[in-house]
Amino acid sequence: MTQPLLELRGVNKSFGVVHVLHDVDFAVYPGQVTALVGDNGAGKSTLVKIIAGIYGRDTGDYLFDGEQVNVHGPRDVADLGVEVVYQDLALCDNLDIVENMFLGRELRSGIVLDDNAMEEKARETLASLSVRTVKSVRQSVASLSGGQRQTVAIAKAVLWNSKVVLLDEPTAALGVAQTRQVLDLVRRLADRGLGVVLISHNMTDVLEVADRITALYLGRVAADVFKEDVNQTQIVELITTGRSGELGIAENPATATV
Amino acid sequence: MTVGSDIPAKTADSDFANDNRQAATIGDAARDYLNRLRGGDMGSLPAILGLVVLFGVFTTLHDRFLTTYNMANLVIQASSIIVLAMGIVFVLLLGEIDLSAGVAGGASATIIALVMIDYDWPWWAATIAGIAAGAVIGFVIGSLVSFLGIPSFVVTLAFFLALQAVPLKLIGSGGSLRFDDSVLRGLSIKNIPVTAGWIAAGLIVVGFAALSLWRYRSRSARGLVHQPLALVVIQIVVLAAIVLGLTALLSANRAPNPNLFEISGIPRVLPVVIALLLFWTFVLTRTRFGRHLYAVGGNAEAARRAGINVTRIKISAFMICTGMAAISGLLSASYTGKVSPGSGGGNVLLYAVAAAVIGGTSLFGGRGRAMDAVIGGLVIATIPNGLGLLNQAAYINFVVTGGVLLLAASVDAISRRRRSAAGV
Ligand SMILES: Nc1ncnc2c1ncn2[C@@H]1O[C@H](COP(=O)(O)OP(=O)(O)OP(=O)(O)O)[C@@H](O)[C@H]1O
Ligand SMILES: [Mg+2]
Repeated sequence: MTQPLLELRGVNKSFGVVHVLHDVDFAVYPGQVTALVGDNGAGKSTLVKIIAGIYGRDTGDYLFDGEQVNVHGPRDVADLGVEVVYQDLALCDNLDIVENMFLGRELRSGIVLDDNAMEEKARETLASLSVRTVKSVRQSVASLSGGQRQTVAIAKAVLWNSKVVLLDEPTAALGVAQTRQVLDLVRRLADRGLGVVLISHNMTDVLEVADRITALYLGRVAADVFKEDVNQTQIVELITTGRSGELGIAENPATATV
Repeated sequence: MTVGSDIPAKTADSDFANDNRQAATIGDAARDYLNRLRGGDMGSLPAILGLVVLFGVFTTLHDRFLTTYNMANLVIQASSIIVLAMGIVFVLLLGEIDLSAGVAGGASATIIALVMIDYDWPWWAATIAGIAAGAVIGFVIGSLVSFLGIPSFVVTLAFFLALQAVPLKLIGSGGSLRFDDSVLRGLSIKNIPVTAGWIAAGLIVVGFAALSLWRYRSRSARGLVHQPLALVVIQIVVLAAIVLGLTALLSANRAPNPNLFEISGIPRVLPVVIALLLFWTFVLTRTRFGRHLYAVGGNAEAARRAGINVTRIKISAFMICTGMAAISGLLSASYTGKVSPGSGGGNVLLYAVAAAVIGGTSLFGGRGRAMDAVIGGLVIATIPNGLGLLNQAAYINFVVTGGVLLLAASVDAISRRRRSAAGV
């Protein structure tokens, strides 16, 4: 089996007294879409934010390309080539598409912003992703639909030649056509060799685009399987009870906490 | 990190649907603008209309309002409000407020006057000391706001109360410090030579024209979003008319009794205001720091996730605000020729906030320009100037100014609502 691009080992995370993640192992492979599934509050977004460097982790290792790395903030993670599309979309409404795509990493010539180069690159990227719904790259982000905003956030990942892209419920608020577009985009990213993580509550979407499925149950990894090895019923069982036949965490709470 | 170098821009799908790069004609540009207005993106338009109305009213009511003498006065009176408002724009951009900026300016002016009188410091050293004092105050405020998370409204209210002690302690109640350094006082009472004024005005017009045309050419040549040429030309013509018109106005002899002596030339304070305007406009629109200011004001969490150091941006904004407040305090001391314990207190700060908001800067953060302070500051300064000529009782002034501020804040709130509805 190929080496994971990004890997977390034994991660624990508490918010005060609430222990949200228990010994989580998680891996992202190049060219694959890994679906991260779990019920509301299972800890999916928390895991993503730990990978993104927004939250620190209490214990556990963070590996990139098989090497142990130190991450202290979003910048370190971005420098590794990891891009995150958040559930609560992290775009600035008062800035336009180009400005958002380059936020925090603006191109400059001297000390002056190089707006021309940024606009060219942004347009090139959107074009290469066959984005057909955006009117102008100088449109303010506030005027975009949910799907268009997702598209911009995803295009940002492509723009920066990221190796890993994490998408937290990118289709949650979208209509049929826009969901289609975003899923196509997700598949295309993986086909380019990126490691993609897709969080979704929609099992049809998951089964359609995912190569692997990691199920979280109350902050524990219930299963990490190939899509071919499970069916929809099994995934739903893993999500709701943490177990499905031979798969899942043992029922004995003593062994479950190991 | 390289940017998108391995992305093949396939010609087959290289144009996304209707990617507008240019409003093709002046008509399209006008329609775009109208749509933006309707969507609630009013910018400085209400302030400009307000200014036109005020000028119309005062000109009809008093024959000395539109004289060159009074216009020069107006420029000088407006300058300290404009400079303070320009500082306030920076904290408003972040959705914060600085209620202490006025008295911080008063405290800084006290320090400037004191080191010149007691220690014979040259004007420039005193000025630097004053601005530095202001920046330190801003640093403390910004740190309290970002590290302790106290709302800026509360922190700066505390500073508003406490900082009034500085001039009172240093000057003593009832006293005042003279402010008669020939350079600093000269900002308000002296003018630059007429020829120099014309040269500077010419340079500004030529510079603006060259920059606009160069930008138009480079962007259209590279196929980037740009305005139609006609609009660029109109902008240049309007700017030239304003700059050259103002210069002509201020170059004429405006002495009340022109046969006995001559007063002509641009007041020295005007180049200071223009230099600050150009500098901060550059910082806000053309530098990474400026872009990050807007980002933090628009969505602080998104900025943080993009790797922007939000704390640093916040502290810098408060430092810029109080640094500008120090310059504003200096200008108002220069106008009155003295610093007294009450300097910078009272309504000064509220007028400056009003100026920024009237000019089009949003109280909700994320929207604003240095230019807003200039336009709004002119509106705010025109009211007492005109009412003063009309010999109106002081209370009318308060009522009118309060009314204008309320109007501006309503326009801001309504246009914000419309913006979120229209998504502009
Ligand atoms: N900042 C925080 N402080 C305290 N508790 C938190 C915080 N963020 C998340 N939690 C808790 O951690 C648990 C996991 O939350 P998380 O947002 O990761 O769930 P999720 O799997 O993304 O759920 P959903 O499907 O609803 O998005 C929840 O119980 C939540 O209340
Ligand atoms: Mg979530």
